[in-house]
Amino acid sequence: MSIPVLKFDAVIVGAGGAGLRSAIQLSEAGLKTAVLSKVFPTRSHTVAAQGGVAASLGNSEEDHWHWHMYDTVKGSDWLGDQDAIEFMVRKANECVVELEHYGMPFDRTDNGKIYQRPFGGHMSNFGEKPVRRSCAAADRTGHAMLHAMYQRNVKANTQFFVEWMALDLIRDSEGHVVGVTAMEMETGQVVIFHTRATIFATGGAGRIFYSSTNAFINTGDGLGMAARAGIPLEDMEFWQFHPTGVAGAGVLITEGVRGEGGILRNSSKERFMERYAPNAKDLASRDVVSRAMTTEINEGRGCGVNKDYVLLDITHLDPNTIMKRLPGIREIGLQFAGVDCIKEPLPVVPTCHYQMGGIPTHYSGRVVVPQNGDYNTIVPGFYAAGECACASVHGANRLGTNSLLDLLVFGKSAGDSAVEDLKAGKAHRELPADAAEKSLSRIAALDNRKGGANVHETRLAMQRTMQNHAGVFRFGDMLKSGVDKILEVEKAARQLEIKDKSMAWNTARTEALEMENLIEVAKATMLSAEARKESRGAHVRDDAPDTPEFPNGRNDKEWLKHTLFNPVDNSITYKPVNMQPLTVEPIALKTRSY
Amino acid sequence: MERKDYERLRWRCIRRALLELDITLTRFLERGFEQLSEEEKQVFVELADMEDHELWYWLSGKTECDDPRYAPIVAAIRKS
Ligand SMILES: Cc1cc2nc3c(=O)[nH]c(=O)nc-3n(C[C@H](O)[C@H](O)[C@H](O)COP(=O)(O)OP(=O)(O)OC[C@H]3O[C@@H](n4cnc5c(N)ncnc54)[C@H](O)[C@@H]3O)c2cc1C
Repeated sequence: MSIPVLKFDAVIVGAGGAGLRSAIQLSEAGLKTAVLSKVFPTRSHTVAAQGGVAASLGNSEEDHWHWHMYDTVKGSDWLGDQDAIEFMVRKANECVVELEHYGMPFDRTDNGKIYQRPFGGHMSNFGEKPVRRSCAAADRTGHAMLHAMYQRNVKANTQFFVEWMALDLIRDSEGHVVGVTAMEMETGQVVIFHTRATIFATGGAGRIFYSSTNAFINTGDGLGMAARAGIPLEDMEFWQFHPTGVAGAGVLITEGVRGEGGILRNSSKERFMERYAPNAKDLASRDVVSRAMTTEINEGRGCGVNKDYVLLDITHLDPNTIMKRLPGIREIGLQFAGVDCIKEPLPVVPTCHYQMGGIPTHYSGRVVVPQNGDYNTIVPGFYAAGECACASVHGANRLGTNSLLDLLVFGKSAGDSAVEDLKAGKAHRELPADAAEKSLSRIAALDNRKGGANVHETRLAMQRTMQNHAGVFRFGDMLKSGVDKILEVEKAARQLEIKDKSMAWNTARTEALEMENLIEVAKATMLSAEARKESRGAHVRDDAPDTPEFPNGRNDKEWLKHTLFNPVDNSITYKPVNMQPLTVEPIALKTRSY
Repeated sequence: MERKDYERLRWRCIRRALLELDITLTRFLERGFEQLSEEEKQVFVELADMEDHELWYWLSGKTECDDPRYAPIVAAIRKS
């Protein structure tokens, strides 16, 4: 069958913050750039980000990038690469100001500067006390960001392919990435995008868990495509659970609520965070708060008939402050919990929120894999940025507002690297003869299979397995049985059946193709989590407890290293953490406490 | 409504930017959509094309939907 081929200098898969930011660099450099997205760009999940973007502008009080760096390294529980972290925090101010020039309507102080509010884990003077570092546009930071960047791209002639789903990465015999296959949903037609640079910016995969703050679109397509093309996935055991998802629905209550003075309470109305984090209290890092909440619930101090949630209390705040600084929170309480937060506290539980791991990249945005003893061999033609990538700046735990920063800095950096490589590089490399084979046979299998597994049921089985066996608190035996279970689910996921065989607008087929990506992520997560026999950041194991020898269960002697899960044979290797920043002294290992 | 149009609409309901809308619109597609007249279905299609925040503000009652064309459907979704 002959497949249409579209030739571009660069294709960017994903039109969220990371994708749009890198597209600006490419298009403004005059390169012919295509951006593919499953949904209209400004319907990407970045729109949901409310809390803000971190930058040490120092508008509201003294601040410094070095303090931001310290917080990020500490937040990462020392698993973040310090070169990448220094790179990111030093670029923060420039990227935020750039965004302002693109037309982003940041909240302002009375004297016209960008208003900054405190956010969990961001401190002044190397961990002393909370600092105001987050820049926001009311509760619509992500939305405003995407609109500003989308307009900028339209001006720069970026070509958008909306409601197109990328299916597979195309690599030639030497391993160079030469494009992607993609399906136009409206027609069902598969097309090859033949390129010199391919950037993945496909966002997270939080839908592998049953309880998630992520919208349904977060199916980890970029990770699935990378895995099928033999690219290992880095640090996939690390998932951040947001402390405050509405119990039952998953809908997020922004950390800004605690930034503005919200307090967590248990069944006896006690402000329990005072016991777990005497300094930062309710503003401690996310995993510290999640763990504290889970401990309260596990020890019988949860609320409700089943004692399975805690309370987020803002009833002491001035209702005007709530409506002005935290608009939308009241409606969420009313709609998804049936509670008016001005009068009553909100029921909340830790809920899967953010993926720290992903496609391994250098801070330049280039994808790197281990080869012949070199851990960071560049995969020519391939770049990744945003939540699907692992630079790694978030290490074992991301600080709130650092991911909007991540997608600005690394979106831009991936774009710049692609421009640099393309300017130096030559013509398009030849497409392999079987460039579309993998995608076409996956689709054919779905269309022809009889008696296969149901997509909805398989997804549910995966989500339950992940939630029960690899949730916010992990247990050795549960992880072991989780591995068996997820490999069982994988078998089903490789035998999916769909009833609708139509070409045009076949959403059942699209969901099945997404499921094939989700399972790659779920499997990598479970196997990587089972293998890491320590607690670190968001990966907390019951059998790696807090002892004097291993504070918080962290074991630097054996486990100060990145996991690389090899999807081809389910094997795991490790690579060292880069402890050497670009210009300053390394942030020395220390017990992480707030 | 033709299959293709319904499927396009379905995609635009089950893949939103906001989880709130994923949940609310999916629920309505399953529970309330079939009871709408052809004309009302078209109005729903227009609603589903709105910006996520604007639509969510209506559906959550944060802002009142005072457009007579949309108000009845907004009310129906809120009830579903
Ligand atoms: C509720 C919520 C609130 C948050 N708040 C904050 C915050 O306040 N501050 C902060 O720093 N971080 C926040 N985060 C995290 C942050 O929003 C995300 O990490 C970030 O927006 C991800 O951006 P991205 O560009 O990587 O991906 P996304 O914005 O998710 O975009 C992914 C893009 O890829 C496209 N795509 C995916 N697969 C395919 C495919 N196969 N083919 C074609 N296109 C594809 C999608 O259509 C989309 O355009 C929040 C997250 C959530 C869930």
